[in-house]
This record gives sequence, C-alpha cells and structure tokens, in this order.
Amino acid sequence: MSDVVDPSRKRKIRLGVALTVAVFLGVALVYVSFSASDQTKEPSQILTATPGQKFEMNAKVIPKSVHHEGETLKFEVEDRDGGGAMPVSYQGVVPDPFRGGREIVLTGAVENGTFVGEPESLITKCPSKFTTDATETAGTGNGSSSSNG
Amino acid sequence: MASVGGVLLALAFFVAAASAITAVVWRHDDARVILARRGVYTVFGLLLVCVVLIEVAMATNDFHLNIVAEHSSRETPMFYKLAAMWSSQEGSLLLWAFVLSVAASLALYTTRHKLREIVPWATGVMMAIGAFFIGLMLFAPGVNPFHTIQTPQDGIGLNPLLQHPSMMIHPPMLYSGYVAWTVPFAFAIGALITRRVDSEWIRATRRFALIAWTFLGFGLLLGARWSYSELGWGGYWAWDPVENAALMPWLLGTAFLHSIMVQEKRNMLKVWNATLIVATFSMCLLGTFLVRSGVLQSIHAFGDDTVGPYLLAVIGIVVIGSTCLIVSRLDALRSDQKRIDSLFSRESVFLINNLLLVGMVVVIAWGTFFPLISELFTGTKSSLAAPWFDNYTTPLAIVLVLFTGIGPLLAWRRVTWASARKVFRIPIAVGVLTLIVLWVFTDAAHKPWALALFTFAAFAIAGIVQEFYNGAHARQKTSGGSFAGALAAVTARNRRRYGGYIVHIGIAVLLIGIAASSSFQTNENVSMKPGETRVVDGREFTYKRPYVKVDSEKYTIGAIVEVKEDGNYLTTLETSRRFFRPTGAAATGGLADYFSGEATSEVGLKTSWNHDIWTTVAPNVQQVQHQLTVAEKGLKTCIEAGPGTPQQCKQLSALMRAAAAEPRLQPQALEQIENLQLLSAERIARGYVNEAGAATFKVIINPLVLWMWIGGIIGLIGALIAVWPARSRRKGAMVRTEADALKEAKYREIRDAELDHASGKLSDEDYALLDAELRKEAVEILDAVGVGAGTAAEPRVGRAGLPSDYVDSDDGGNGNGHVNGEGATATVENGNGSNGHANGNGHAKSNGANGASDRD
Repeated sequence: MSDVVDPSRKRKIRLGVALTVAVFLGVALVYVSFSASDQTKEPSQILTATPGQKFEMNAKVIPKSVHHEGETLKFEVEDRDGGGAMPVSYQGVVPDPFRGGREIVLTGAVENGTFVGEPESLITKCPSKFTTDATETAGTGNGSSSSNG
Repeated sequence: MASVGGVLLALAFFVAAASAITAVVWRHDDARVILARRGVYTVFGLLLVCVVLIEVAMATNDFHLNIVAEHSSRETPMFYKLAAMWSSQEGSLLLWAFVLSVAASLALYTTRHKLREIVPWATGVMMAIGAFFIGLMLFAPGVNPFHTIQTPQDGIGLNPLLQHPSMMIHPPMLYSGYVAWTVPFAFAIGALITRRVDSEWIRATRRFALIAWTFLGFGLLLGARWSYSELGWGGYWAWDPVENAALMPWLLGTAFLHSIMVQEKRNMLKVWNATLIVATFSMCLLGTFLVRSGVLQSIHAFGDDTVGPYLLAVIGIVVIGSTCLIVSRLDALRSDQKRIDSLFSRESVFLINNLLLVGMVVVIAWGTFFPLISELFTGTKSSLAAPWFDNYTTPLAIVLVLFTGIGPLLAWRRVTWASARKVFRIPIAVGVLTLIVLWVFTDAAHKPWALALFTFAAFAIAGIVQEFYNGAHARQKTSGGSFAGALAAVTARNRRRYGGYIVHIGIAVLLIGIAASSSFQTNENVSMKPGETRVVDGREFTYKRPYVKVDSEKYTIGAIVEVKEDGNYLTTLETSRRFFRPTGAAATGGLADYFSGEATSEVGLKTSWNHDIWTTVAPNVQQVQHQLTVAEKGLKTCIEAGPGTPQQCKQLSALMRAAAAEPRLQPQALEQIENLQLLSAERIARGYVNEAGAATFKVIINPLVLWMWIGGIIGLIGALIAVWPARSRRKGAMVRTEADALKEAKYREIRDAELDHASGKLSDEDYALLDAELRKEAVEILDAVGVGAGTAAEPRVGRAGLPSDYVDSDDGGNGNGHVNGEGATATVENGNGSNGHANGNGHAKSNGANGASDRD
C-alpha cells in the first residue's frame, strides 16, 4: 500500500478541516454576539420593561425638556415617530450636537420610572445640516462630547 | 442656472444610458464601441459642468437652489461654501456620478488599445451604474441638486461641526475610494462574461484598484483625524456603522490587491479574485446605502431614506448577478489553475492574509448588521458595542501584522528552511529584542495584545528594512555608486514592490499608534475652578483663567490650562466651547439664541512624539444663559421705550418706528439692535470671566498617537510610489496580445526569482531548481503561442545575467524577451517591446537589462 495520499483526497481533507473550522468559528461568533449584545429599544418599549434591565435606547429628545439639576442632565425623550415620552437622567460627557429634537442613543436602565443613562454612553446623531424643527437649549452640561464624525 | 443644470443632468443620464446600451449591443462593431467610449467622455463633461454650476451657486449665494439654501448661508466662509455640496444628499450623489465619470473616462482611455472583448462590457457596466446614480437624482424624490425653492433671504448654513478643513477633502476622498472600485469591478464582469479570465483585466485595472484603496484609506484616516481633533470626544474610531461601511471595502480591497498578485504570478485564485472584487464593490455600494439610508442607527445621520430602497435594489442586482456569473464561469476560472507548491511560500502567506482580512470583514459585518440580524431571528433589535468589535478584530489584526512581516521575506513557490533561516534571522532577533525591552522596561506586559502587536510590528518593519537593504546592496554590487543611490534606483525601478513595502511599514507604524493609544490611554473628567490644579497621570493641570469671545454668530467660552510635569512647565492648552446662534427659521434674533443652536468643542491639544495631551472644556453656562435671557427682556423693554427707559432706548424706538414705514432705514435699525445685543452679551461675558465657577475638563493622555498619523502618511507615500506609472507606461499604452501577457507573467516570475535569490530569500539550490522550472514553463508558453520553438532542449539553469539588472524588474515587463534554450547559460531578455521569440536551443538568456518594462 502506498504511503502517498491521493492529492484529490488530500484536498478534500483540507476542505473538510477548513469548513469545520469555519463552522466552529461562525457558531462561536453567533454565540458571543448574542450574549454580549444590548437590546435596542425605543422609549415606549422600555416603559413596559422590567426595571433594572439594561437597554440601548434609541430616542428623540423632546424640545424644551433639557435642564440641569446640579451635575445631572435631565431631559425627556420620545419614540422617533412620537409617543412614549419618558424622563431621562444622565451624568457624564454630553456630545456637542446634543439638543432638543435630536436623535440620541443612550445605554442604561429604568429606575423609578426614569431612564438612567450610563456615564459616557450618550451618543447624538451628527446631522449634516441645521434643522429648523427645534430651537432648544443645547446640552451644556458637564463634560464635552462623545460623538464622532 | 437651475434649468440649465437640470437639462445637463438629464442629458448626462441619456448619454450614460445610451453609451451603456451601445457598448454592449454593438460590442463587435469597433466604431460603435469607440462611440460609446466618447459617450463616457461626454458624460464626464456634462457632469463637470453640473458640479461647476452647483459650486458657482454656492459661491454666489444663489438661494433659490434648495441645496444652497439648506447647506450654505451668507455668513458661511467661502472655503466651506465650496465644500457644502457634498454635505448634502443630492450633492453627494452628484459627486458619486461625477467621480465615476472621471474614473470611467480614465479607465477607457488607458485601455483604448487593449482588451477589445472586455472593454465594451466594462463600458456597459460602468455607464449602467452611472446612469443609475444620475437617474436617482432625476427621478427619486427630493435629491435633485437643481431643485429650486422660493428664494429665502438667507440659507440655513453649513453645520458648524462640518466646518473643518477636513470637510473639503475627507468626503471626496471616501467617495472617490468607493467609486474607483467600480473600474476593476466592471472589467471583472467583462472578463467573466467574455471568459477572458486571465490576468489581463487585472493588469489593466490594478492601478485603479490601488488608487481606490489609497483614496479610501486616506479618507478613513482623515475622518479619524477629524474626529480626534475636532469632535471633542477624544477618540478616532467608534465602530459606528458608517465608519465600518468604509472600513470593510478597504479591508476587502487590501485582500484583493494581494491576491491579484498571486493570480498574476502564479495563475491562481481566479475564483477568489473575482469574488473579492464583487464583494469589495458591493461593500462600497453598501457603504453608500448605510450613509444615505438610515437603516442602521448611526451617529452619521446624513441622509433621508429616499434613496435607500433604490440602492438596496442595485446592491441586490450586483450581488445576485455577479454570483450567478461567477458560478457560470467556474469552468473557465478553474482551467489551467495551478495549486500552491508549498505552504511555506509567499502565495501561501498571501492566502492566509486574505483569509484574515476577510475574517475581519465577516466579524465587522456581523457586528454592524447585528441589530437587523437579531431582529430577524429574535424579533428584538440588539446591538453590539465598541468593545465587542475590539475583542474580535484585535487578535485578527495582530496575526495579520505577523504575516505582513513574513510575506515579504518569502519567495514565490517554495522556500527551504536553510534560506528561510537566513532571511528570518534578523527580523526575529529585532522582534524578540523588542519584546524583551518592552517587557522589562515598560508596562506593556500588562497588555498582552498590545505587546504582541509591538513585537510583530517590529519584526515586520525589520524584515522590510532588510528587504530594502538587500535590494539596494545587490543593485550597488552590479551598478556601483552610492548605497543611497542604489536604494533610490531599486525603489524607483520596482515601484510596485517597494511602494508596497513602504505601505507595510506605514500600516505597522499606524497599528503601533492605535495599540499604544487605545491600550495605555488615560482618560479622566476633572472639575476645576480658575486657579485650581488637578493631577492626571502624573501631570499637573492648572485652570489658569477663563475667557469669553462674543460675536454676532457665536458665543465662545474657553479656558486656559497650564500643564506641568514634575514641577516643570510643559505646555499651555487653550480649549473652548462655541455656541452658535441658529440660522434660518430657527433663529429668533434674540440674545438667548446663542444657546439655542449648535455647540462645538475646540480641543486643546499638545502633540509630541511620545504622547498627546488632549483636553476639552464644558463650562457651566447656566448663569450666562439666565443673564442673556434677562438681558433680552431688558432689550425688548428698551426697544419698546416704556416710561423710565434711557434716552438711548427712546432714540432706538423712534428709529424702529421710522424703519417700519421706511424700509431703507431697516439696516440701520437692525445694526443698532445688534450693537446693543453685542454690548449686553459682552457685559455678561465679562461677568462670567470675573466670577467663573467650576468647569469640567475632559483630559486624555494618549501615548504614541502621533505615530498613527505618521504611519498613515508613510502608507500614503508608499501607495503613491506604487501607483506612479513607470517611464515606459507614461510614454503611452501599448497594444498587447494574450501571448504577450503570458510571456510577461512568466518573465516577471523569472526576474522575481532572480531578485529573491540576490536578496538572499532563495538559496543557490532553491534558485537553480526554481529558475529551471520557470524557464521550462517560459519555453512551453512560447511554443504554445507559436512564437518560437523552444522545445528542443531543457533550458539550463540561468546564472549568466545575475545579478544583471534583475532589480529593475519586479512585476513589470510588458515586454519583449526571448527565451532561447541553447547553451549552458540561460538568460531572458527583458526589454520594453512586445515581441519575443524562442529559438529552442535550450538557452534562455536573461538580462532584464533596461528594466524598461512597466514595473508598476
């Protein structure tokens, strides 16, 4: 019996090994991504969720709701299409573009009916042009920015 | 102007569509193909005029064009007026179409005497895509750049966040990068349709691929720099979907640029290359889709979703159509395909690098689209944060750097351990030394990923430096002269190879900057009153004084911060936050407007070779806001000139009443009001400066971040060297046949082997074996194409020309050459012609002499 492995058989073995590794890595990727992800919700969905559960909230800042209480930035948000108004409390850096009417992404959890954002997690969408739908006090709170371009 | 522009745009659409149809339907008719090519030039001309018209409208404040009214204003500086076009949805689409017309015109001009079968299809594909984008502007709602509105007094203006010098170049760079990939894609489709799947389409378009890669990479770097220096969050990359959308085609393009070398030299990976270029181009479209559709949550909310469905449809057509085409051409793609001789060879390393790059793209794509994927499978939208991306791309990037270092040290086909030991000795020693030094003398041991990256980067850089040294040394031995002259000559004559090496050095340096700045960064928020000092990372930060600047456009509140280290003065930083008054309908004209518009941070930055000190300020402006509101009420009372108001108010009130009846007095009245507003604002500003409370400072100490930008510039220089045409190419394109192409590829392999031998990558024994193989194959090719009859004898191993001018060759060579197999010394002549012959006497002669081949 020859010790030399048939080249086509060798190729099939290599392909099998490569596919097995690829499947294994793919499954691992799926597993770690689902276990590491934060649920993305809008305010109306978060209102009905279990208190303390962590979310990434996508929302729109309600114009004229932004104010400060000491070091804490307070404002209200609603769904991007309106509805589901919810108070938000946040301490930390405030992105430059933050203001009423803007869409934000904030990670946090609901405590006593208020969505408490994690420090440094506030992201404000970077608009390409001035909008005329909101004349609102800008985020003038502590910290600077967590937005990038 | 608008009507002229609209007509030109419609004409461009018609010509683009007609060119596409003409090129494909009458592809066998030379006259019609030429007509189609001229149609492409015409589209370029028409779109150029459209772009000029928009820019003129921007420059002259022609606000009856919607694009001008919404993205510019009278106060917008001219520099940003000119850049405002691509800040808009419609302007971006126009830029897309215009850059495509430029790229298509250049591609068709440079291939006007080549690829007779492929060019008509490539023309059809490029112009179909062009017609699609022009059609979007004409037929999709709200994206016609020549759409007119009732002329307002003033425009809304360009968002202050976008008023940064990068705005002039970052978006056009990215778009040019996206668009230029259309050229290799279109030629790949043409090659697949015509079954001309040899390497000719690659040779004809690889410069466009390199240009696209360079533009996209430089655009990414500029975006990162902009983010770091302007946007006030202290980072340069956030794994945002729009950022990822630009990174993914760049990574795939990197893989493509490497794997096409394997096809050119070894006739391998044809299916892979076809797939890669389709994937790269699809990712470019996907990037445009993500930027413009808003389908994923991104901080870059640049567009409405009016064009999203159309873009999605065209992505679907490209992906499905291309996949079907590749599958239907598998027989042609796999014919004559060689297999890897040894796992220890350059092509193997290229393949591994390709797999790593594609693996990174898979991870990034998965993370980017995870919100949609999770919603599809679980009904709940979930997202992955930046650390997830870091966790899975970092190891892949580190291994990639390792193989980036290994690749250039290996020869094509196979390498023995003996020669490998010789070329790996010094780079490994440098890598190990780096590891030991960092381990012993720094904190790097606490960050194993960073330590591994530094080690592998040092190994890679040392290997490339060694390559330069060996190449120059070999050149010096044959040609004499100084070492520096030899280094310059060897680089100039082998631009693609050595330009690529410089790019590798740049990427390694860039990754060192990323690893250091992300792993060893200190990031703190500190609150200070004027005169107070805080210590961050061993450095003393003293808030020396606040300052305020007021003008009619914005209210700037800043801080002067002094930094000391070990008691010694280091630097003084100036940082501020600027509050812009809104323009357009949002503006009330009142004092309180100062805090109703956009706010931007001006970063205080001290850069040095070993670290950046970065800071922004967030002043407490509640008191200022309150005082401005009160002052506004006071001003209103003044204008109303009620009882007890000063005489000045009564005069102003009288002027206002007069202006109501007499319009010519209005500017005077408004000027007086503005002056009063400024006086009030300045008084409040002085109050803030005198009684400033605590402000919050974000302080970041970023080690080695400067090297990230330097690495990027090194990479850019390398790419420009690689892309720069050789002298013979600049003189004009040549007519080349398939036989020429085959010969060139083989001659290139022979010359590469010579260079690898001279630089020590191949031992004498390895080289003898390889050279004999290559020369035998060269003779077979010449026999097959009927150029000569070189089958008579086995060609002998060539030593003669060595080291002749092999260093001139690299990958070029459009040229002639003949293989004659008669004597004991085998040489191949490489000129710059296109003919060749073999006399079949077992004598192959090589002198590669002039190196006047294309070498690009």
